[in-house]
Amino acid sequence: MHTFAELTIVFIVLLDLSLAVAGSLSYCIKLVALQGVVAGLLPLLAASGAPHARAVLFAAVIVGLKGAVFPWLLMRARDKSGARKDVEPLISYPASILLCLGAFVAASWLGSRLPLPETHVAWIVPASLATIFTGFLLITTRSKAISQVLGYLVIENGIYIFGLALFVEQPMMVELAILLDVFVAVFVMGIAIFHISREFDHIDTAELSELNDWRRGEYGK
Amino acid sequence: MLLVLLSFVILLASAVAALCLGGRPSRAQDAGAYGAVAASIAGLIPSVQTLLSGRTETLSLPWPVPLGSFSLTLDPLSAFFLVPVFTLTALSAVYGVDYLKAYSGRKPLGLVWAAFNTLTAAMALVFTSSNAVLFMLGWELMAAASFILVLFEHEKAQTRKAAFIYLAAGGAGALLLMAVFALLGSGSATLDFSSFHSPSRAAASAVFLLALCGFGLKAGFIPLHVWLPEAHPAAPSQVSAVMSGVMIKTGIYGIIRILGFLRPWEEWWGWALLIIGAGSCVLGALFALAQHELKRVLAYSSIENIGIILLAAGLGVIGVTRGAPELAALAFAGALLHVFNHSLFKGLLFMGAGSVLHGAGTAELEALGGLSKRMRASAVFFLAGSAAACALPPFNGLAGEFLIYAGALRGINFPASVALAGVAAGLVLAVAGVLAAAAFVRAGGTVFLGEPRSERAAGAHESGPLMLFAMGALALLCLVSGLAAPFLLGPLAFAVSSGFGPLYGFTAGIQGAAPLVYVSAGGLLLLAMAAIAAAKRKVFLRGKKPAEGVTWDCGYAVPTARMQYGASSFSQPLTDFFQPILRKIGQYPVISEYFPGKASFSREAQAVFYNELYAPAAFRIRELAYRFSWLQHGRLQIYIMYIVVTLMGLLLWKL
Repeated sequence: MHTFAELTIVFIVLLDLSLAVAGSLSYCIKLVALQGVVAGLLPLLAASGAPHARAVLFAAVIVGLKGAVFPWLLMRARDKSGARKDVEPLISYPASILLCLGAFVAASWLGSRLPLPETHVAWIVPASLATIFTGFLLITTRSKAISQVLGYLVIENGIYIFGLALFVEQPMMVELAILLDVFVAVFVMGIAIFHISREFDHIDTAELSELNDWRRGEYGK
Repeated sequence: MLLVLLSFVILLASAVAALCLGGRPSRAQDAGAYGAVAASIAGLIPSVQTLLSGRTETLSLPWPVPLGSFSLTLDPLSAFFLVPVFTLTALSAVYGVDYLKAYSGRKPLGLVWAAFNTLTAAMALVFTSSNAVLFMLGWELMAAASFILVLFEHEKAQTRKAAFIYLAAGGAGALLLMAVFALLGSGSATLDFSSFHSPSRAAASAVFLLALCGFGLKAGFIPLHVWLPEAHPAAPSQVSAVMSGVMIKTGIYGIIRILGFLRPWEEWWGWALLIIGAGSCVLGALFALAQHELKRVLAYSSIENIGIILLAAGLGVIGVTRGAPELAALAFAGALLHVFNHSLFKGLLFMGAGSVLHGAGTAELEALGGLSKRMRASAVFFLAGSAAACALPPFNGLAGEFLIYAGALRGINFPASVALAGVAAGLVLAVAGVLAAAAFVRAGGTVFLGEPRSERAAGAHESGPLMLFAMGALALLCLVSGLAAPFLLGPLAFAVSSGFGPLYGFTAGIQGAAPLVYVSAGGLLLLAMAAIAAAKRKVFLRGKKPAEGVTWDCGYAVPTARMQYGASSFSQPLTDFFQPILRKIGQYPVISEYFPGKASFSREAQAVFYNELYAPAAFRIRELAYRFSWLQHGRLQIYIMYIVVTLMGLLLWKL
């Protein structure tokens, strides 16, 4: 019944893996957008029978935001920042993909241990957890601020899929709230990245540590 | 009760109005002052009624806050604290109109009045709320409003430091109070005071200790006082009057309320209160003697008086647990009466200090002198306040202390431990009284007597009519409440009943009457003698012209103002004796030749507890925190890693 949905899950996991090794920023943005669109369509595929009009509308909003608005905002931020066009990872790509695979193994184990209700679609919980881990991986091991936004979006995709696993029919309220947060966050981050790059000529988060107020010289005063 | 509510509404509305009129200072002043006075009158009526009738009124409005309810209770204990709040607020507002005029255009007066009126509303809320959530709301509002007022002269680094310490102390206190209410309210559906039930023995002691520290941080007894001598002098003088006169009493009120929830009491609570109070009143008076700034002298004197109140409360608790009801009743009555009296005379004294600051531009003792010739009325009012603060008849400072002495002396008839407590309390009160008298003779003498020590003091001018009116009214109240002390016993008995228990209120009414009548009679006799002496002087001087000479010329032919005793030299014998505690720093000139050259002398009082206790402790904490600074490297990715690791850890731990 859910073969198509299960194939989609596999596709999402494959997207996670390719995100771990993708080196070009614009390629990463496109991958994240694609993952968002696929995840947005998932409830339509997983639902049994004809989908509700509300679900269709909802999927359309998600696909529109994640497939068009976010990539556009991010591409714009990438172009305006004038920075190098690769993700500048802090660890090597092989290490990234190994970590991503490890995360998938851990997610499979965790998925079997979590006390969750029976799900219709196989592998949906491990896949969602793996997506969340991949998002964290992107956030923690890439130095550009845009990568952090991308990681954040990947985490959101993961949470969305996880929500689907729990309530296949009714993820709407939860998702609506999260989506609003994400929209605002991406918007703010897009502006912030733009301003940071204008002020500092780079968007490398490591350099931002200069802004902290903990100075050795001031100790004890 | 509705009038109390009306008072809240007027205060908050006038606060908003003053804030909106901030662009036009004189309008803002009007809005703030009229609002404060009107609200005070509206608040005084039900408070006085409650005190006279002894009835308790309650009001409960729906309030959709978790665990909260908008419940107000006006019982005699609340009313007893509310009367000074409203009295002092009204007079301070009148005083403030003249006092703040000098700052018009330089300071945001609208904000000052908004904060001032909010402060009064918050205090009234603290004294009337009977729900812990509402209480904490008032408590925090009070801290926030007074914080703004402390920051009045924020351009001075010292003021900013004072405000920061004040904020830190307020936050720490509020944290402890939340623990208190959590412990008291555990197991009940709301945090209404009426639903609190006394916890088991160990928990009750924990509640007592937490409340003592939490409310103590507001009351400002030693060693939790470090913020007080910094923050109170920093605020505008009429605000100092309210803060020192009534705001610190919220701490005392809180301790009494919490004691009411905890039955039965433990004897060691009484000893704890007694010892802290004793330390506070002796050290407070001693530090007051060593200060070089008039408002700081008064701030330390507040610490001393809080000590006296706490000492009396401790004595009362010991009396209750040891079965000595007369002793307890007198001690409780003395404590509450002193709360009332202190608020009047300390308000008066801070306003007097404000007049000095206003007229001479400085409150440094060594720069003042001879102000009684230039500011005659202010000098008389300050003298009245000083006499009250030294517990001299016929002013009101004596009445409360007299009841405490009377209670302490009863202790001799009881077993050893009660007798010990009584004798110790009496001795400590006597020592503190002597030191306080020395401190006020020093402060008043240096400021108002002799010759001016600086040009600013020489050019001092008298304060405006509204300032003088406020001070005069308070001086009169100090005199009247001193002479009419026996008539205050009725309301006092109601307040003691609702605060500590009906038995003690009744006993206090009976037992306190006799000694207070003697005090009042003595005061009247003293007044009569003074009047006779004044009349005699007038008769003798009739038709004669008395010669005028300089004060304190010490036999010199051409004396200068520098030959006078200064504040430091006056107190030197005493401060040298207590040097191990005071730790003044400075240098003496050593004279070794027959014709000594130029010499300099300096003495500086230290904030002993801040320097020796809190600063090292803060340094240690900072040092410890610095050991973990490698965690704080500023790399965003690693911070997010911390969060992920923590979340994963929690997930795996719960699996």
